[in-house]
Amino acid sequence: MITASDKFLFQCKAISKSFPGVKANEDISLSVEKSQIHALLGENGAGKSTLVKIFYGLLQPDKGEMLLEDFQYQPKNPKNARSSGIGMVFQHFSLFEPLTVLENVLLGLDLQVNKTEVEQNVSKLSEVYGLEIKLSSFIGDLSAGERQRVEIIRALLQEPKLLIMDEPTSVLTPFEAENLFSTLRKLSDNGTSILYISHKLQEIAELCDTATVLRKGEVIGEYDPKLMSPKELGEIMVGQPLTTPNRPETEKRKEKLFSFSAEKVESETQFGVTLKNIDFEVSTSEILGIGGVAGNGQDELMQLLIGERIQNGVFIHFKNNDISQLNPRKRRGLGIAFGPEERLGHAAVSQLSLLENSLVTDPKNKFTDYSGFIKFETLHDYTKGVIEKFNVKTTGVKAVAGSLSGGNLQKFVVGREIEQRPILFIVNQPTWGVDALSATNIRESLVALANKGAGIILISQDLDELLEISNKVAFLSEGTLSKPIDTEEAVISEIGAIMGGLTEKEAI
Amino acid sequence: MDFSEINIPILIASLIVTATPLILAALGELIAEKSGVLNLGVEGMMIIGAVSGFIIGVETGSALLGIIGSAVGGALLSFLFAFIVLVMKANQVASGLALTIFGLGIAALLGHPYTGIAPPQFQSFSLPVLEDIPIIGVMFFQHDFVVYFSILASIATWYFLKYSRRGLVLRSIGENHDVAHSLGYKVIATRFGSILFGGALAGLGGGYLSLVRVPQWTEGMTAGAGWIALALVVFSGWHPFRLILGAYIFGGITILQLNLQAIGVNINIAILSMAPYLATIIALVIISVSRIQGNKGAPGSLGVSFVKVT
Repeated sequence: MITASDKFLFQCKAISKSFPGVKANEDISLSVEKSQIHALLGENGAGKSTLVKIFYGLLQPDKGEMLLEDFQYQPKNPKNARSSGIGMVFQHFSLFEPLTVLENVLLGLDLQVNKTEVEQNVSKLSEVYGLEIKLSSFIGDLSAGERQRVEIIRALLQEPKLLIMDEPTSVLTPFEAENLFSTLRKLSDNGTSILYISHKLQEIAELCDTATVLRKGEVIGEYDPKLMSPKELGEIMVGQPLTTPNRPETEKRKEKLFSFSAEKVESETQFGVTLKNIDFEVSTSEILGIGGVAGNGQDELMQLLIGERIQNGVFIHFKNNDISQLNPRKRRGLGIAFGPEERLGHAAVSQLSLLENSLVTDPKNKFTDYSGFIKFETLHDYTKGVIEKFNVKTTGVKAVAGSLSGGNLQKFVVGREIEQRPILFIVNQPTWGVDALSATNIRESLVALANKGAGIILISQDLDELLEISNKVAFLSEGTLSKPIDTEEAVISEIGAIMGGLTEKEAI
Repeated sequence: MDFSEINIPILIASLIVTATPLILAALGELIAEKSGVLNLGVEGMMIIGAVSGFIIGVETGSALLGIIGSAVGGALLSFLFAFIVLVMKANQVASGLALTIFGLGIAALLGHPYTGIAPPQFQSFSLPVLEDIPIIGVMFFQHDFVVYFSILASIATWYFLKYSRRGLVLRSIGENHDVAHSLGYKVIATRFGSILFGGALAGLGGGYLSLVRVPQWTEGMTAGAGWIALALVVFSGWHPFRLILGAYIFGGITILQLNLQAIGVNINIAILSMAPYLATIIALVIISVSRIQGNKGAPGSLGVSFVKVT
């Protein structure tokens, strides 16, 4: 039996929850203080999501009890949870794309409500917390950051005492994330407690008052993130020391492998970025990092690199051959591998199994015999190898891609490409949404690939990642790429100056 | 050949009568599809409505009870469909097709003894004063109550979907049932209700055919009206008013080609008979291609079974 306390808003004790074959939560207890920003930290699959789903009434615990303020709390469904004062913002937005912001907000409210009243409340909230949004716009037209604002507004309209945020920054640009943090800080100043789920250590150190660490479904302990370095916290989270991979060795870098040059490429879409003056080369055994805030031309550049868009005036050379006019499959056939950012629908087919997803990007028909039939054994071994080597958590090779969590699918996609042993690997955000240990694994395998002689173009928003493993780094800003500089010799202040000069408008 | 034999006010009046069963059936299907269920059994539910309405009408001697019976009959058959696709999670396309075949068969069996019997007369429900307006009165205000009901039901459906909270919830379930479920809305219950509503309206449309429009029972008398209703829903872009427009175009050309046949126009009868289908499809394709604002196509979860995930 837990006892009520003035200090705590929400307490849970000895929560356990099992699914067939998995113990998702085992004897979990935690307490959230009033106005506290409380981090729930853990790797992918540590049981964070299951736990908060229990808090939000989406799942029922097998054992354990919860206390909200002075009362026993047993939500049967999300409606119960909301009316008791617990709101939640999901990692994957629960919004209806064809409906307007207002309609989505109304759907999130339980009571028969007056439209004009809602409109007034929304504009009040927007002002206080800096959540600007136009009520008549359709969700489908909004960016990830704006969609999250709609979710937050919807949760706040219920005046929750505890707001649960499930990996909120995984879909945001750094700038949008900063905005989110200031909103959350204002909320906590006004008395709302926040349970913040994440595996990003820097942001937890920046934002949270305390952090409960989960590992394999159990509580490891509660720590003060302000008193610890992100690395220490990360090691507690993964339960083993985290290493920093070295850059690929310089002496192997001699041959020119790949070059890209384009003076001006107009955007094809209304909200796209026009690329200007992009010029770079990649040598063997070299990692070229391309940094910059998302939405500054990364997607457009990636399309040209992959060959999804073939454009006159873009000159691409690979091993001294002009490949500017080749389609993606032909480029793959030459030994170039691609890892686009969007996992589902771009890098993997949601409804197909992992086996089939390995097959579709096989450039040299390694998995088919001369008459075109699939060599299932080879394909099976290959896929299984990727799953094991990259620590992909899945039910097996026959699991459909859509059933994997985002981070695990990312590991699979990157692994699938690396295991093809490409001569050149072009990858966008390889560690996006991936937990610390797996991110390290992915970076290590990128470096290993480069050390074997491959060139790598690494597009990333993570500056630490770029500085850690790339030999050269350049930054994209509003469609223009800065001159690549050597990271080994570069001084941080120099990079800061480039980024600062480039991103003044973004105010990072 | 004498075109003056075609009486325009009567033609308009009869096109409205011809279109009414289509409007009813399509409106019911529209609600079901907006909630995310694709019910291809409209034809089957219509014919069941036609036969059950006819039998009840003949046995009780009351046309009104007959009309009510037709709605009940359609709803009963749709209950079967709802159970199969919502509870048993069967494929909606296959189940809907089976429902049509089943409905046609059982209607033929039940209706056999009633072939050639005249049903009780349906009271026309003229609107006082308005019915006396010359020409317009004949065209619009001397119909039976089902005609007015079909128009009122369209307006009510539009208003319900656009302005009511329940309508919004229904649409949200049709757009993305997983999200709606995570918000705590009852996906299965809402869809059950929508299917039953669709079945009742389709049955009503069928009953209107056998009790008012024809009025007689013949086997297979719906003659593809259910399929036209289904097409109307899609091409109208799931909008009740465009759906009425489509139904009236279909009804109008049906009546016109019958009139043309009667006065002996020199066009092949086969071509005249297919004209309404062709014209309706062409008109609706034009409507649906010229994307009017707010016309966003099919509901996102249409035809997908809802299975709870944890």
